[in-house]
Amino acid sequence: MRTIVGFFAAFITLLALWLALVGNLDPQEIAAGSIVAVAVAVIARGAPFTGRSLRFLHPRRLVTALVYIPYLLWSIVESNVDVALRVIDPSLPIRPGIVRVRTRLKNPVARLVLANSITLTPGTLTVDLCEDELCIHWVDVQARNIDEATKKIVTGFERFLEVIFE
Amino acid sequence: MGNHEMIGAVVTLVGSVFLFLGALGIVRMPDLYNRMQAGTKATTLGNLMALLGIGIIHPAWLIKLVLIALFVLITNPLSSHALARSARRSGVPLADVTVRDEYEEVLVEKGIEP
Repeated sequence: MRTIVGFFAAFITLLALWLALVGNLDPQEIAAGSIVAVAVAVIARGAPFTGRSLRFLHPRRLVTALVYIPYLLWSIVESNVDVALRVIDPSLPIRPGIVRVRTRLKNPVARLVLANSITLTPGTLTVDLCEDELCIHWVDVQARNIDEATKKIVTGFERFLEVIFE
Repeated sequence: MGNHEMIGAVVTLVGSVFLFLGALGIVRMPDLYNRMQAGTKATTLGNLMALLGIGIIHPAWLIKLVLIALFVLITNPLSSHALARSARRSGVPLADVTVRDEYEEVLVEKGIEP
């Protein structure tokens, strides 16, 4: 059962991606896309979609994910401006360092998204992820210890990711 | 020149200013890690705004541009993470202005750094 659900999820995703790329709904495009999508879904046996990953379609997770996207984009804008201002400033006001922060997230995909989100917002760059700690290069270190750093860098993203993935 | 073309051009121009500042950051920053911060990520916004500007000028391309933006958002952090991690592990030094390096203890624990 799980494999069948996974197969259809993979097929629909691949076909949607194909149609988005060709940009029209010509019957020829749909036919060609369907054939290739079926072939790929069969060869991949529905990977990476398992029955379990469909729980992400739960409305509460979806709504949180939809709120998360603008939140992430806004953080990107905010911190891009911050780094840009530091670069223009003649005195180059940076206090760089590598700090450790903790995460409560257990799901590997959630951790990946957290690490990616931290890296996407300039000023912080995930250097390594070991067990429940992340090592982060920070252009302007504003924390004295791990708890403070965790609060400043991780907590904002974690609030959303906990609902979406855990 | 239509109205939407004007807006699109301005958005792309602002994006390119961010790309320029990213390049300036590479010249000005003191070490590899800070250069990466400016060069690979201050450009995230520049990149997205350039794509958005093109999308405003050519609305028909919007879906493809969104796919490109998603691709950038997923792959950009992965590559900068891989670069920073391997640089630190192979001993690329941090700048003198660096205030703290808590990663060192992790590397010592793992026996990577003596």
